[in-house]
Amino acid sequence: MNINAIAVIYRAEMMRAVNTLFQTIASPVISTSLYFVVFGSAIGSRIETIDGVSYGLFIVPGLTMLTLLTQSISNASFGIYFPKFTGTIYEILSAPLSFHEALIGYVGAAATKSLVVGTIILLTASLFVEMRIEHPVWMLVFLFLTCITFSLFGFIIGIWADSFEKLQIVPILVITPLVFLGGSFYSINMLPPFWQTVSFFNPVVYLVSGFRWSFFEVSDVNVWTSFSVIAIFLVLCLAMVSWMFRTGYKLRQ
Amino acid sequence: MDNIVSVQNVSKVYDNGFQALKNINLNIRRGEILALLGPNGAGKTTLISTITGIVNHTSGHILVDGFDNKKQFRETRRRIGLVPQELTIGAFETVWNTVRFSRGLFGKHYDVNLITSLLEKLSLLDKKDDQLRMLSGGMKRRVLIAKALSHEPMILFLDEPTAGVDVELRKDMWHVISELQAQGVTIILTTHYIEEAEEIADRIGVINNGELMLVEDKDVLMSQLGKKQLIIDLKGATKELPSSIKSRNIELSSDGLTITYTYDINADAVGITSLLQQLKDNGLVLKDLNTKQSSLEEIFVGLVKDSSSSRKNQ
Repeated sequence: MNINAIAVIYRAEMMRAVNTLFQTIASPVISTSLYFVVFGSAIGSRIETIDGVSYGLFIVPGLTMLTLLTQSISNASFGIYFPKFTGTIYEILSAPLSFHEALIGYVGAAATKSLVVGTIILLTASLFVEMRIEHPVWMLVFLFLTCITFSLFGFIIGIWADSFEKLQIVPILVITPLVFLGGSFYSINMLPPFWQTVSFFNPVVYLVSGFRWSFFEVSDVNVWTSFSVIAIFLVLCLAMVSWMFRTGYKLRQ
Repeated sequence: MDNIVSVQNVSKVYDNGFQALKNINLNIRRGEILALLGPNGAGKTTLISTITGIVNHTSGHILVDGFDNKKQFRETRRRIGLVPQELTIGAFETVWNTVRFSRGLFGKHYDVNLITSLLEKLSLLDKKDDQLRMLSGGMKRRVLIAKALSHEPMILFLDEPTAGVDVELRKDMWHVISELQAQGVTIILTTHYIEEAEEIADRIGVINNGELMLVEDKDVLMSQLGKKQLIIDLKGATKELPSSIKSRNIELSSDGLTITYTYDINADAVGITSLLQQLKDNGLVLKDLNTKQSSLEEIFVGLVKDSSSSRKNQ
């Protein structure tokens, strides 16, 4: 295994975040604060509790998941798309490293950046509400799995995309609506029965529910179901990446 | 002769059906400078890309230092450095970091002394902390060479290394290339500049429409295909050539003041003495004489033209 190659790809990707450190830190801090002002204070003051949890606290896991998903996808998709766009991908293709080693470098860096942002959000949230985490190990499992799985998904989008427009289509038109409709800011039980049924076809519901359970032991679906859904999505992403590498899809003609 | 790269019956058909390479056979000798000449779209870059592993060949085999470039890609790629045709380079990294990145990609440990000496050799040391976007085109080209050499390859591919660089920088590049050869690096370059091949190459390969038309020692090629011209300026104009010297190899200029005789330098008797004697016998007075050897460019244009016309006739 070409460890040095993995390390330099990881380092180069992380340096991009370090070079824009203010943006990396300030952006999640500001957006989280705004969510708390709008949802937590303005709307939350009119909602007493959901399943015994104050509304301000209730939205913390959903808010974190919303950012983790979008950050993981955008970090990983941009990371592999940019060398394709500039042509510098030739270095990766002509270097003595396998696609899987490149994958570890790119996805590892994207997942790390998302983890950092997720941690910043949780720290920012703790300034607004009194944080409570009932199952810290489960919380970390969901955190890690989500970062890795959606970074993999972003990597797939980055390989598939051949324009900046395509790079944005999936995050904007698919992921953001799914997250907002995935119970990030409400409990599925608050919806009419028909929309509850529809919601169960949204995979993000399971992610948010499982993550929220790790905080408050409150969930819309069983935690093992949540875990299974994200594990299945991870396997699907791995299978897709594996196929892309085997065929050289949009990478090596 | 020891071959460091062996391309055996290699063809490449792209997904859209375009056949970029047609059954290429090419042996590259260890330590030589091989120049690949060919018009745009001839297949030069595709050939380099298949050897370096950027493009998969459809059929055939490529051996690099005895290793198969598909099955043993780690072995083959760590022996090869590539300078691409386009200035494909990042924008915000520094010169130092991008060279360090390239070295790491090839599995080599970070080596401050090596990177320093490389940048010094390429006159980039004073730019080491500059962002790549701040560099001129020529400097970026040097950075690409530094990146390609950062893992100390034994084979260096240069795809149009001096495209778009000024004459002075081009000569600097030739100097760098010669130095690398002296250190034992095998160099394969593609170029549009015939004088570049003429100046630095040991052997010339001509590729056109995906076919390798010939590979020959530069000097042999020049002498085999080279023609020489004797240009005779006359003191006074003449309306036509004397009938005794009329031949298709002798032409009279429209103003009647210049006679051009094209001859084969390898012929046993080139006929210059008898030509001059006949001109004298016919009362033509000579003002000046000079000779001109056909350049590689003329040879190349002739080869490509012949190939195109023979294809049209088929």
